[in-house]
Amino acid sequence: MTPEEILQGLYDLTLVGNGPEVLSLTNQALALQMEPSTLLFDALIPALEEVGARFERGDFFVPEMLIAGRAMAGSMEVLRPLLADTGVETIGKFVMGTVQGDVHDIGKNLVNIMLEGAGFEVIDLGVQVKPEKFVAAIEQHQPDIVGFSAFLTTTMPMFKANLNALEKAGLRDSVIVMVGGAPVTQEYADVVGADGYAADASQTVKRAKALLEARRAKVMA
Amino acid sequence: MNRYDGPVRETVLRSATKEVVMASDRPFCIIGERINPTGRKLFQEQLRAGDLSLIEKDVHAQVAGGADVLDVNMGVPLTDEAELLVKAIRLVQTLTDLPICIDSSVVEALEAGLAAYQGRALVNSVTAEDERLEAILPLVKKYDAAVIALPNDADEIPMEADKRIELTEKIVRVATQEYGIAIEDIVIDPLAMPIGADGTVGRTALETIARVHERWGLNMTCGASNVSFGMPGRHAINSSWLPLAMGAGMTSAIMDARTPQIVEAVRAADLLLGNDAWGSAWIAAFRAKQAAVGPS
Repeated sequence: MTPEEILQGLYDLTLVGNGPEVLSLTNQALALQMEPSTLLFDALIPALEEVGARFERGDFFVPEMLIAGRAMAGSMEVLRPLLADTGVETIGKFVMGTVQGDVHDIGKNLVNIMLEGAGFEVIDLGVQVKPEKFVAAIEQHQPDIVGFSAFLTTTMPMFKANLNALEKAGLRDSVIVMVGGAPVTQEYADVVGADGYAADASQTVKRAKALLEARRAKVMA
Repeated sequence: MNRYDGPVRETVLRSATKEVVMASDRPFCIIGERINPTGRKLFQEQLRAGDLSLIEKDVHAQVAGGADVLDVNMGVPLTDEAELLVKAIRLVQTLTDLPICIDSSVVEALEAGLAAYQGRALVNSVTAEDERLEAILPLVKKYDAAVIALPNDADEIPMEADKRIELTEKIVRVATQEYGIAIEDIVIDPLAMPIGADGTVGRTALETIARVHERWGLNMTCGASNVSFGMPGRHAINSSWLPLAMGAGMTSAIMDARTPQIVEAVRAADLLLGNDAWGSAWIAAFRAKQAAVGPS
């Protein structure tokens, strides 16, 4: 296979979520001395972008998103250490968690897949994440963005509690805060003082990238 | 499946003038679900502005579709949920004589709703978390209501039936022994999760339903549309899911009664399970449909 054929194959097979074949092609590509970053940026990420676009159009459904994400994750397990060795940076670091009092994680997990698919490094803190755990994770990992997920109207107020904890720890300005979950609205996000909100996994990626660019532009200026 | 051979558990719900009984030998109890602003921006804006007119429309649609009970949820962020819920319950009770399922995760709202409600309500819901049991069960007892209970705790939504049965056992024990609630008034939600995210969740829920039925004979309900989240053809999936669950022992669902396909699937399953004597409800529904279409 030529490198072009391998990239096309990686793209096509990631799109349909064929994990074993994606892994096998990844190894073939590396045997041919192809750059890990080429595989990531020219095949895997575009494939997951297409998954997101199709999902948004209603042409792709949840299981298809999950298997595509899993296929990419399998390849990334091989690529990640190599990417780190060659100094290739992820587009951003994202700390994610479902807030305290809430055990719902399906939506959050879909968002994680699409973020990883877009090239973010995602640190998932799981469910029932206490404000102090978010604070500790932000101190440890120094992410660009932190995401709070809530599925219940009763757990949404934890967004504010988390924001207060960040404020208190002096971390509020060092990280972009995004919120989401079934009952959450843009209006609610504004009222609690979050930086961003998105209604679904695919839009979260767009919003995260836009917020990140705006932040970096501001730092450069 | 080993059948439960104890007394039939009857969960009795009432409005001021009408009684609805949930039981394994009765027609499936359809709890109409649309009186809920979650994810409906316009509805939320109107409610915040004090305009409850959409409720009227939703109530009529659910009643016309064949709901037996109406779920009322007023979870609008940044409002006084208790106040709104009381207003909504009072309004709904002027529009229909169906009993109400009072749906909130805010304890104060549940209490205000129960105090305002005329009849015997179904409370939606409590979990197996100590804190929730302690806050909600006294209200269920005080206002002589029934309660939907979810077998999950503070750590997780258990993905194995064993753990769900263990938590159901805890709920039954605490509710009956510590709060003096009749076992008939506990309605278990077996936790039907989205099948699109995990292909095993359907069987796990069915196993939970069968085991809860076999062991306690309790009534059970679930959010019918949850199983099909993220999938195409949701009505068809929901219409398959409910008869499967009914075969295992489920006696109710919180569902959108506006979808004839799902309501018909449920009523056909009632007939097939022997809960529609001589098929009279099925035949009556057929004739009503025929009359509505007119002579061909």
